[in-house]
Amino acid sequence: MAKPTEVEIGEQKAPVIAPGQTFASITDKIASIVLRRPVTNGWLFGVAICFLILQWFLLAVCWLFYKGVGEWGVNIPIGWGFAIVNFVWWIGIGHAGTLISAILLLLRQSWRNSINRFAEAMTLFAVACAGMFPLLHLGRPWLFYWLFPYSNTMTYWPNFRSPLVWDVFAVSTYLTISLVFWFVGLIPDLASMRDQTNNKALKFVFGSLAMGWRNSVRHWNRYETAYLLLAGLATPLVLSVHTVVSFDFSIGIVPGWHTTIFPPYFVAGAIYSGFAMVLVLAIPIRKFYDITAFITDRHLENSAMVMLATGWIVAYGYGIEAFVNWYGGDPYESFLRWNRLHGPYAFWYYSLLFTNLLVPQVLWVRRIRTNHFWLFMVSLDVLVGMWLERFIIVVVSLTRDYVPSAFGRYYPTWNDWSILAGTLAFFAGCMFLFLRVLPAVSISELKTLIPQAEVTVPHEEEVHS
Amino acid sequence: MIDPATYGLMAEFDNVNDAIVAARRTYAAGYRKLDAYSPFPVEELSEAIGFHKNGVALVCLVGGLLGCSAAFILQWWINTISYPVNVAGRPLNSWPSFIIVTFEMTILFSGLSAVFGMLALNGLPMPYHPVFNVPRFELASKDRFFLIVFSSDKNYDPLRTRQFLEGLSPISIAEVPS
Repeated sequence: MAKPTEVEIGEQKAPVIAPGQTFASITDKIASIVLRRPVTNGWLFGVAICFLILQWFLLAVCWLFYKGVGEWGVNIPIGWGFAIVNFVWWIGIGHAGTLISAILLLLRQSWRNSINRFAEAMTLFAVACAGMFPLLHLGRPWLFYWLFPYSNTMTYWPNFRSPLVWDVFAVSTYLTISLVFWFVGLIPDLASMRDQTNNKALKFVFGSLAMGWRNSVRHWNRYETAYLLLAGLATPLVLSVHTVVSFDFSIGIVPGWHTTIFPPYFVAGAIYSGFAMVLVLAIPIRKFYDITAFITDRHLENSAMVMLATGWIVAYGYGIEAFVNWYGGDPYESFLRWNRLHGPYAFWYYSLLFTNLLVPQVLWVRRIRTNHFWLFMVSLDVLVGMWLERFIIVVVSLTRDYVPSAFGRYYPTWNDWSILAGTLAFFAGCMFLFLRVLPAVSISELKTLIPQAEVTVPHEEEVHS
Repeated sequence: MIDPATYGLMAEFDNVNDAIVAARRTYAAGYRKLDAYSPFPVEELSEAIGFHKNGVALVCLVGGLLGCSAAFILQWWINTISYPVNVAGRPLNSWPSFIIVTFEMTILFSGLSAVFGMLALNGLPMPYHPVFNVPRFELASKDRFFLIVFSSDKNYDPLRTRQFLEGLSPISIAEVPS
């Protein structure tokens, strides 16, 4: 964790944490959301909606297993339809959580301390949603364990030269490391919750989860080392995950996919959409749970600026793609360009340019960047735009690749849409539950941000000499 | 002197600087079996009680090296010995394509070793610990700092240690029953 840094209260920038907080007020505020706040009708309504959509999702999945993946709109030449579009989209959303918790920690951006917890939760739920798509697409999902190398009576092994096998390893490692990172961050806060509640059953649950954490400085010392190491490991990991996801495309020889710009372009797009999701979650959460003192305008503005920056990396990616299509001189690549601009999916390509390139430029204006309503709307727009980007990459390239006799069209079915809606409901439902049962902001990390945490006594070497 | 009925003496402080000064003075007074408790990580406090190095990084390194070599050896063995597939005469040990899985497994093993190593070195999970017998100790996760001298310390004496701790002007002093 970053050393306590001074809280900037400048004229230009909103503070990272509102002035006047104490250790006790931070603990009370965050713990009371879980322990003392009554269940509101709004929360119940939100959970009920998610639950209903989830039931529909389960019906759709049962029907899919009964009939087979032919229920989807996929057929040769489009073997990958919504499944991969949604998979890449969800995995990308997860990336912002790891960026906030790991990369910003290494860069000593102490403002991340108040948003890392729910951003990490967002990562976990997003990766869980992403993971459903390849599993559902397997056709025989009960045989998913064939993806892992284990010695079996078929004397058969996965093909380690295939990007799809790399993807299995990258995504499952990502899920595991994100989970332990999140849980390690939670341990001291679970101990706080244990000490804050008088309810015997809750004390038992939080106490068991905290594993007997007692805030010993020896424990903190090892904890800090482990946390920093995890951050150092998660940083290359998160970059590798979307790189490997982009290899699923770029190792192939399909026009528009076989390009070296894909890994950085995918990673930037992932962070772009991830920060959009962070904002879509943070803006209502801070309002409804009254934690504007901890998630301040500063956090929203910083996230908006990260979005603007990554948005431009994505724009550069589009530019380079178009340039190489032209400069490379490959007729199939040139056709891809023409097909994107004038083919059957041209409307969606222009929508992509509009939502992903044009609209987010309003964030240059400070007044829009700091207006919560407009920031929320721009974030939703970016989420739609990044989904369209994956749709364009997958569908435009696959429907018309080389031989005109093998051209086709792709139409998603009701089952495709139901499963996409179902994962959205799953994600939102998990967030609703998370907010009620676990501290949504890191209590111990927030304490390091206030002035009382500053060590003012001089460092004494001679004490131990 | 070892008192079997007492686990130690615990002093409470309400700010981090007092706790650091008290811990340094306790260490300087010759006490070595010490611990301190704080609601958030304070590097100076663990240094003050004489705890400077921990083994988490080493565990992480060993785990990472194991994961790295295990993943590469597995892929090499599968592709050259157990299940060799001749694709147009290309080399069986096509190591560049094994890099990604090797990398991911390195991260996975070192990350898990760091976490489980940290928990193991901290002796967690630990369902019972004597310090929780002190009612005020639940503030250690909220806004108070605690310093404890264990009764196993060779300089520990119920009376003199208590007097010494009182000299550090804490908010409260409690005897921790074992």
